[in-house]
Amino acid sequence: MERYYQPEIECASREQIRAWQDERLVKQVRHAYDHVPYYKKLMDDKGVKPEDIQSVDDLYKLPFTYKKDLRDTYPYGLFAVPMKDVVRLHASSGTTGKQIVVGYTREDLDIWDDIVARQLVAVGATEEDKVHISYGYGLFTGGLGLHGGATKLGATVIPVSSGNTQRQITILRDFGSTVLCCTPSYAAFIGETLHEMGLTGKDIPLKAGIFGAEAWSEEMRKDIEEKLGIKAYDIYGLTEIMGPGVAYECSAQQGMHVNEDHFIIEIIDPETGEVLPEGQQGEIVFSCITRQAFPLLRYRTRDIGVIHRGTCSCGRTFVKMSKPMGRSDDMLIIRGVNVFPSQIETVLLNHGYSANYQIIVDRVKSTDTLEVQVEMTPEMFTDNMGEIERRQRELVEGMRSLLGLAAKVKLVAPKSIVRSEGKAVRVIDKRKI
Amino acid sequence: MSIKQISVFVENTPGALYGLTGVLAQHQVDLRALSLAETSEFGIVRMIVDNVYQATTVLKDAGYVHSLTPVVGVAIPDVPGGLNRVLQVLTDAKVNIEYMYAFLGGKNVNHAYMIFRVADEAAATAALAARGIQTLEQDAIASL
Repeated sequence: MERYYQPEIECASREQIRAWQDERLVKQVRHAYDHVPYYKKLMDDKGVKPEDIQSVDDLYKLPFTYKKDLRDTYPYGLFAVPMKDVVRLHASSGTTGKQIVVGYTREDLDIWDDIVARQLVAVGATEEDKVHISYGYGLFTGGLGLHGGATKLGATVIPVSSGNTQRQITILRDFGSTVLCCTPSYAAFIGETLHEMGLTGKDIPLKAGIFGAEAWSEEMRKDIEEKLGIKAYDIYGLTEIMGPGVAYECSAQQGMHVNEDHFIIEIIDPETGEVLPEGQQGEIVFSCITRQAFPLLRYRTRDIGVIHRGTCSCGRTFVKMSKPMGRSDDMLIIRGVNVFPSQIETVLLNHGYSANYQIIVDRVKSTDTLEVQVEMTPEMFTDNMGEIERRQRELVEGMRSLLGLAAKVKLVAPKSIVRSEGKAVRVIDKRKI
Repeated sequence: MSIKQISVFVENTPGALYGLTGVLAQHQVDLRALSLAETSEFGIVRMIVDNVYQATTVLKDAGYVHSLTPVVGVAIPDVPGGLNRVLQVLTDAKVNIEYMYAFLGGKNVNHAYMIFRVADEAAATAALAARGIQTLEQDAIASL
């Protein structure tokens, strides 16, 4: 028997969903136009007035919002409510150069809690469950996002945060966690560690897992399910739009239902910006139609995906989106952290190295690895081995503080990095996902 | 006086050293001494050659990153205690040795040569000279 957190919404008729979207979009466009000067300018520049938007059919008239807009208005330029009404801030993972800040009103948090609770119930959780959260807590939305939803559901929250795998396993066993929330690669790593300890899924009471914030394959899902003895579910979200829970997987385990009462999804051609018909692959664009503090409209996620309408075996009527199949920009997601090659380049140049580098991403024992190969230059070379190694360590430290990620730095011979058509191939992603 | 050592960056991969010696061989550069410091990923080849100008020119043309390092060369009588005596002098003068390597000399059959990389070549050279130990001149390298 399928269970729902809000059946009247999750299984509403398409007409009802459409009515909610029409009404909320019109209100939201007015809200953004009246309270965010930056949005007013974007719309004025495009010659669109709030009254031009009468329903979802008019959505295409609105200008897109890009990550650049969020950086240009850093930190609070896109906030649509006074700071006294903002009760929480989050920021995108990683970086200083590319950091963006988002805000939430109390009502925004309430909605976020609801959509995460929908996910939890969709994977079979009830107030009887113990929800073990191994996403990082802090500015990253993973930890507190799942935390809020599980609290709202009335489950028992175990806020473990990330890291220290042995301790995670001790808590899984001793506290009797029944639902695990973390990145898929960390779930696989916990599974492997469990096996190395001579244990199996039968030794822990875990029954389901909610895994997101990075790309993963069906093979990885099977591997996690087998090693931990659970059902593994996908969750989609991004800080700009809300955080985890923008879309959620159900018992069918075939695509994620978009919470259409709060977000409108479009698939567009990333080159032309044209809206693509259902079933065609393109860039995912989201509009927030209820979020008050941060009303993003037509936000270009740069994730590539596809949507499918039609009925789902679970009974939910929300449209389903595929797992993201890639990116329309050069952003990499490594161990759940967003990394742009340009950030790595900045660190190299700041440390006196040349911009001749190559980034090699791989997945070893379920964990993403990041290696940066840098060409040695006459300026950085000395006959003193200790000095070269010291500079290498400084570079690793520089990357850690900018990216929030441990990278391996490998010094290579000059001109050894292959240039194709005069331009270096910056990224080699060996991960099979 | 000090002599010039050429230090070259090489990757720690099969054939990397061969590539370097190939360039030197092709241009008739004669190696007097060679030592290699390595990590698991890269190495520094340190060498003394007969013609520094020619060697650095051809290495640069071949795309090698290299630097010139002043080092102190000493001819040491090939007898027990020979090296010990030199180190005694450097120790007394409080000269720190970063690294050193040895080679057996061509025409001077009864001697070995030591190359010392020290923080202060002038101090080392003066201390050795004061105890009657001559250091090698750059001009002498070619005729060794």
